[in-house]
Amino acid sequence: MTTTLVTAPTTSPVGRHRSYGRYLAGKILGAVASLFFVLVVNFFLFRVLPGDPARTLGRGRFSSAAQLAEFRHTYGLDESLPRQFVTFLHNTFTGQLGISLRYRVPVGDLIWERLWPTVMLVGTSTILATLIGVYIGMLGAWNRGGPFDRVSTGVTLTLYSMPEWWLGLLLIAGLAVGIGPLPGLFPTGGLHSTDVDPSSLKGVLDTAWHLTLPVITLTLAYLADYSLVMRSSLLDELGEDYLLTARAKGLRDIAVRRHHAVRNALLPTTTITAINIGFVVSGAITIETVFSIPGLGLLSSEALSIPDYWVLQGAFLVASGAVIVANLGANLLYGLLDPRVRT
Amino acid sequence: MTSTQTLTPAQVARRRRTASMKATWRLLRANRSGMVGLVLLVAFILVALLAPVLADSQGLEVTRATGGVLEPPSLHYPLGTDDNGRSILTLLIWGSRISLFVGLSATVISMVIGTFMGLMSGFFEGRSAALLFRVTEWFLVIPFLPLAIVLASVLGRSLLNIAIVIGVTSWPGTALLIRSQTLSVKERPYLERARVLGAGRWHQMTRHVLPNVMPMVFANTTLTVAIAILSETTLSFLGLGDPTRVSWGSMLEDAFSVGAMTTGAWWFIVPPGVCVVLVVLAFTLVGQALEEVLNPRLRRSS
Amino acid sequence: MSPVMTQPTTEPLLDIRDLSVSYRTSEGMLPAVRGVDLRVSPGEVVGVAGESGCGKSTLASTVLRLQPQDAEVTGRVEVSGTDVLTARWGDLRVLRWAEASIVFQGALHSLNPVHRVGEQIAEPIRLHEPELAEAVVAGRVGALLEQVGLPRERERAYPHQLSGGQRQRVMIAMALACRPRLVVADEPTTALDVMVQAQILELLSGLVRELGVGLVIISHDLSVLAGICDRVAVMYAGRVVETGTSEQVFTAPVHPYARALSGAFTRIGDPASRYAPAGLAGDPPDLRDLPAGCSFAPRCPRVVDACRSAEPALLELAEGRRAACIRVGEP
Repeated sequence: MTTTLVTAPTTSPVGRHRSYGRYLAGKILGAVASLFFVLVVNFFLFRVLPGDPARTLGRGRFSSAAQLAEFRHTYGLDESLPRQFVTFLHNTFTGQLGISLRYRVPVGDLIWERLWPTVMLVGTSTILATLIGVYIGMLGAWNRGGPFDRVSTGVTLTLYSMPEWWLGLLLIAGLAVGIGPLPGLFPTGGLHSTDVDPSSLKGVLDTAWHLTLPVITLTLAYLADYSLVMRSSLLDELGEDYLLTARAKGLRDIAVRRHHAVRNALLPTTTITAINIGFVVSGAITIETVFSIPGLGLLSSEALSIPDYWVLQGAFLVASGAVIVANLGANLLYGLLDPRVRT
Repeated sequence: MTSTQTLTPAQVARRRRTASMKATWRLLRANRSGMVGLVLLVAFILVALLAPVLADSQGLEVTRATGGVLEPPSLHYPLGTDDNGRSILTLLIWGSRISLFVGLSATVISMVIGTFMGLMSGFFEGRSAALLFRVTEWFLVIPFLPLAIVLASVLGRSLLNIAIVIGVTSWPGTALLIRSQTLSVKERPYLERARVLGAGRWHQMTRHVLPNVMPMVFANTTLTVAIAILSETTLSFLGLGDPTRVSWGSMLEDAFSVGAMTTGAWWFIVPPGVCVVLVVLAFTLVGQALEEVLNPRLRRSS
Repeated sequence: MSPVMTQPTTEPLLDIRDLSVSYRTSEGMLPAVRGVDLRVSPGEVVGVAGESGCGKSTLASTVLRLQPQDAEVTGRVEVSGTDVLTARWGDLRVLRWAEASIVFQGALHSLNPVHRVGEQIAEPIRLHEPELAEAVVAGRVGALLEQVGLPRERERAYPHQLSGGQRQRVMIAMALACRPRLVVADEPTTALDVMVQAQILELLSGLVRELGVGLVIISHDLSVLAGICDRVAVMYAGRVVETGTSEQVFTAPVHPYARALSGAFTRIGDPASRYAPAGLAGDPPDLRDLPAGCSFAPRCPRVVDACRSAEPALLELAEGRRAACIRVGEP
């Protein structure tokens, strides 16, 4: 050949894995730091309470000074602040999250039995909101300025401006209770009908029927974010030069859009999924309240009235921990999809 | 042409500022959705300010309620009555004050903290700035409502506390935006020139960085108010608001607790929610329009 | 897939006849290209010179019918005998990349950032020759990379991991992937430093000799074109204002604009050229508001009243030598 060879550091397959490994390590470290921060916040929040924490937290439970003293000791409330923190960490990691003032059972047990409905609700809604939202955003960008785009942008903006629980109230009033002559199609609340065994096939279908309206509400409320982000990122991608190259190679326009533009436009959507998990978890609290679904969300809002501090603390920990882990997952997925962040 | 006048530097600066503001206004006016939002916004602000004129404050008192319980709309009560016999229209009008007030105060708190954190972590270098950035990121990850209800249960029920709770939980978004703006402004040549001329850090920040960051801050503020109002409504609905004050959220809390959905008292459920949606939509549209105008990259050629 | 037609070697690879492209804007029609003729024969290197906005890139995009959707096009653009502008999709698809390909400006943005460069080179091969086995395709990609002076392993790199010069080589390798007979290179050396520029130009001329492709090089830099092109066409405000061999246009330009372009570059060994007046007064023309007569009149150092009355036609001065100036031939 006529020209001289140009050299630069080779990207060997080993090098590629190493750079993702470094990215992975960085993100995991970040997640651990976030979790630690959450624990610190959690610890200090309840030390802010006026008065003797032992009395407040153990209110109405102890009839003797000895019991109070034992309570104090278990939760380390009689020690110095740094030691209290260590005790707090130890307790947290062994599942000793306190006793519920309202239900008189360990918070850990409460959380465990209420976990499943929330996971079903949040999981299903997130998946549906992502799929539907991304699809709507994609169609909107492809037909920019057209009737679908304008209507969908208007509808999604309105949904975005709505408190999700209000939408739930409307859906209950409309679809569960019925309007005028039209009967209600769905139950007004709860997770199971009283006369059905939840573990039977009929019971499973019954549970799904109970979850339909809550899932629809959460999905509608959160698809707006995905739709708006996908639309704007796809519009950005559609203006990129490499699409011209693809067309010049002979690819049909549809193939260019699908394989090149949409695929690259999905990257910011992954980031949004990470942030949105936090919102969906928040939304679960209000939706479970409105629909009386016995999950962590209802537990949290019920705990407000007393206030049941241990429950609130435990639920806050679980919610934050879940969001941090979900965030980590989304970040790792993003690292797999976009090679530019790995170097 | 006209006779030559010598203008002082201050006059030149003022003329340039008014000219750029007029240009911005012209661009804003062309943005249709932004104008719709602005009209809605002005309407709601007027209602809130003119509340004493529009509806008798006596209508808020439970003991003096004159209507029947949960009456449907009629001539006397255009939007019906609540579970205490009070006119819902009156409650709506007066409730707008609380929602707007709390929303705005929470935004002020959020913007102050967020701008401070954003400027500090963007402008300075070194470990303390990096730490500030980390703290911002950590706060961003924590889900809003779990943190808000924990804080609210600790602080107690009052309007100010709600504003504080919302402010304290929503500043990270603003901080990140301002930080990235600061970072880009920091690289610009005129700042380097100022440094070379001996401008101290404080001077650089207040006279150079801040004025250039302000437009985006302004647009972001509008969007933050929207979120703050939504948050206030949610917190009031969950029972964390001031029990003595009526807001749109507390109206919906009442409606829920008396089971207005099942009894078909739609006039108790629909109007407060519609008001929230309209106000939040208005702020969002205006905020988006401001963002488009002030950030030229977002502007799309027609 | 084989090209649409097999043709005798005398038929031009690229035959642009009276091409005009206008863009629809909110302020009216914007003429980007106005009545341009261009011909490229096999093995020939033709240069198109002019400042930004003169219509060179628009011209390049029409070769594969890649101009924007809202552009109005008249005239003929024939690639290997097929009129690209009116071809059916099936014929156009075959033409794209397999008959003619384009090396786009700005390699960083013209490459897909999340695909490996080997993938992007292989993409058109798989598209046009789907019957090939994967191993064969991989072999071709490796051979192409070596042909442009890059090691085979580089195919696993992502665009952002390569330097500007390396990316440009990848673009050239990609353009040659389907063995086209015509390659259009749009500003192939812009944004590269001088040493790398020289390497790229040497690569291109070497490939032309080896493979016998026809090459069109577009550049605002006349010195780039002078070394490598057989013929040069100078464009201004959407029209061709001078054509000739590169020697003629570079050393003895006739049109005042070509003179200014050529004069902007000093010649080594010619001390007088350093002191010759260079540079051009005025601003590039506003295409929405072109003057009535010659579009170069506002900036021309040799303008007379007659220049403003009508746009001068491209006059044939000798075989292959044309200029659009009424004062050609005057001292």
